[in-house]
Amino acid sequence: MTISLKINGEDRTLDVDPDTPLLWVLRDELRLTGTKFGCGIAQCGACTVLLNGQTRRSCVTPIGAIDGYDVETIEAVEGPEAEAVQAAWVDLNVPQCGYCQSGQVVAATALLREMPKPTDEDIDNAMAGNLCRCATYTRIRKAIRQASDTLEA
Amino acid sequence: MTQLTPTRRGFLTGAAGLVIATQLPLAARAQSAAATGSFTPNAFVRVGTDNTITVIIKHLEMGQGAYTGLASCVAEEMDADWSQVRAENAPADASLYTNAAFGLQGVGGSTGLASSYIQMRQAGAAARGMLVSAAARNWDVPESEITVEKGVVRHDASGNSASFGDLAEAATESAVPVEPPLKNEEEFTLIGQKVERLDSMAKSTGASDFTIDIYRDGMLTVAMRHSPKFGGKVASFNPEPALAIPGVERVEQISSGIAIYGQNTFAALKGREAVEIEWDDRGAETRSSEEMVRVWTEAARKPAAVAEESGDLDTALSEAATTLEAEYVFPFLAHAPLEPLDGVIELRDGEAEIWMGSQLQTVDHGVAAQTLGMDQGNIKLNTTLAGGSFGRRAQPGSEFMAQLAEVGKAAGNGAYKLLWTREDDIHGGYYRPLTVHRLRGGLDADGNIIAWDDTIANQSIIAGSPFEEALMQNGLDATAYEGSTRMPYAWPNHRVSWARMESPVSVLWWRSVGHTHTAYATETFLDELLEAGGKDPVAGRLELIKDAPRDRGVLERVADMAAWSGAGTGDKRYGVALHESFNSYVAMVAEVSNQGGMPHVSKIWCAVDCGYAVNPDVVIAQMEGGIGFGIGTAMFNEITLGEGGRVQQSNYDTYRMLRLNEMPEIEVSILNTGNEPTGVGEPGVPPVAPAIANAWRSLTGSTPRRQPFTVALS
Repeated sequence: MTISLKINGEDRTLDVDPDTPLLWVLRDELRLTGTKFGCGIAQCGACTVLLNGQTRRSCVTPIGAIDGYDVETIEAVEGPEAEAVQAAWVDLNVPQCGYCQSGQVVAATALLREMPKPTDEDIDNAMAGNLCRCATYTRIRKAIRQASDTLEA
Repeated sequence: MTQLTPTRRGFLTGAAGLVIATQLPLAARAQSAAATGSFTPNAFVRVGTDNTITVIIKHLEMGQGAYTGLASCVAEEMDADWSQVRAENAPADASLYTNAAFGLQGVGGSTGLASSYIQMRQAGAAARGMLVSAAARNWDVPESEITVEKGVVRHDASGNSASFGDLAEAATESAVPVEPPLKNEEEFTLIGQKVERLDSMAKSTGASDFTIDIYRDGMLTVAMRHSPKFGGKVASFNPEPALAIPGVERVEQISSGIAIYGQNTFAALKGREAVEIEWDDRGAETRSSEEMVRVWTEAARKPAAVAEESGDLDTALSEAATTLEAEYVFPFLAHAPLEPLDGVIELRDGEAEIWMGSQLQTVDHGVAAQTLGMDQGNIKLNTTLAGGSFGRRAQPGSEFMAQLAEVGKAAGNGAYKLLWTREDDIHGGYYRPLTVHRLRGGLDADGNIIAWDDTIANQSIIAGSPFEEALMQNGLDATAYEGSTRMPYAWPNHRVSWARMESPVSVLWWRSVGHTHTAYATETFLDELLEAGGKDPVAGRLELIKDAPRDRGVLERVADMAAWSGAGTGDKRYGVALHESFNSYVAMVAEVSNQGGMPHVSKIWCAVDCGYAVNPDVVIAQMEGGIGFGIGTAMFNEITLGEGGRVQQSNYDTYRMLRLNEMPEIEVSILNTGNEPTGVGEPGVPPVAPAIANAWRSLTGSTPRRQPFTVALS
């Protein structure tokens, strides 16, 4: 089956099994390896991407269900929110093993795009679905607040 | 797998002969590297003509900060500018990259920085010496008049200056200094300061390559089916339903199960579901974990092998004015690193190249050679970044490497990525051992502790592994009960005993190993004894550690930080715990309330003495992470075997991690005590659960005797 998508701003036509999760299309077909596999059942958030601007777990998203969508991955996430998030992530040394951080950065960027001044509760709600086995959570929280402050300034 | 053990052991004995302590590699290396234009003074440093300094990191970076820690030691002694420093994984090479604490290349036991601190500084100092010597020759001035600051080499009198890059080529002609002088602590500009982690940027932009991100031409992805019971074997299998799936290339039986090879991951995963397998459960563990708990508990109630004792415990117990007794149950635990176990192997006519987040490179390299029937020299093992480990990637028997090599061998020339699913990981064994503690304590009429008895029942991690000969003494595996012995508390009569249990369930060290359970059992039971004796948790401990200055230091510090004034009386209560592991001392105070019958942790204060904090921000990060890891585990995690011996959990839905909204506020204070730097990857885990439980006892009157709390309190 042929599926047409916009991936990171580029029009792509893919000939793949429509049941294939977007995650494996990104990784195996397109070599966009920043998006990670952690659980395969939408429990960890390591595979988080933006579909038409909304966070989505790519490990449970069949490619056949998103024909015509706009996909944004960690490799191309950009704009003032993404830059502020990534700068804060580096400044506060957020990552440890780093494996979940693509998903964390994508989720944090989506949060700030929607809500430039999130409360602590907003941050908790938006980020609770992204697991970090190293438990870098205190720094993730702090980095989102810092990125938010940068955007305001 | 067992058929490989004798020769594996032989291999390891051989490896021990290759130990090269902290000796700097030969000048010959500098010569051979000259051809590339860069300067490689030793096996740990490369200076490019582009002025970058690449530090070769011999330990697996799995989040603990090995890149930043080791590189900052090199950069400090070079007087480099931090912005010019990069990190690169060392190849597997036991002649150059041995961990001085182990005698082989590998990392664990929080030894990474501690064992490399002097060696890395020497490597940096030697590089600096050779660059300075090159400048002196170029400018025809005495070396003693040359200064180096932030990567710039200067001779003030002549007005000459050069970058390291400018001098890289000339420095290859310099003699290698034999014992380059090292700085004094007060001269440090990078060590002891916050620096940007070398891996922060790449990990924040998705650019870091983990093992899972390795793709080779024509590579097949391989999924596994393992026996659903520990110790089970394949009786027969039918590959046809799997082979009928488009993209499934082959199905092979290997010693650890059935391997399904797909053109891509999705095909391999579908094939994994489709293959039909009959299992042979003779020899499998068929007991449930509840049955095992009963057997372990019986054993802990009987006399067992004595690991440590003092005084006359039995008399003291019989004469005590008050005695207390408690039994604790700790479940099997999976490490569950977010990157599942994975590896890539490429076979090319008698040669092999492997990519893996290898934590014990020398052992893995040897097992790969043995499994493939190849000379180790024909196998290149590339260490890749690991998406977490927590001990899981350090297997003394290298079972995962053996599986990867068998996957390659069964299919012949080509490239193969072996990728476990999360379910494989959760079902896959190598757990923190199921453990039972039985404690008895006695007080005299004045409330002083005069008797302490701890019997621990669990499986041995070391027995049966290639480390058995080196690490087991008198039939005792200290990793089974470490933390119960060598306690800092001065009591006159005590005994620690170990009952070794047997099961086909595989067990492994898990972030802080024996301390995962000993800290909880001892620090909560001690708290109860102090209460029974009418003593405050902090003051009572301080009385018992008069001659343990480092324990005192962290306990006094954390009591100050939390403005300790007892457990409290309101909705928020406070609990304290103190525990040394891996020669680092950590004390914590937890602020806890009762939220619907479960502990809610709002704040943790933490004081740590790791001798000297080389990278204070990394130390703080490891304490924060260890605390989150410890809370999630104590609250939620257990691996259980149901009736018949099948694991009942399978993924993060049934084996759940702490989430961001559950993370407490954390305040960390570091004590620099002028001692040698010690590790911090593990020591942040042990004290947090007992601190929480002690606060919980203040709230409810009872200590959870079982982990996780969700089970104990339900």
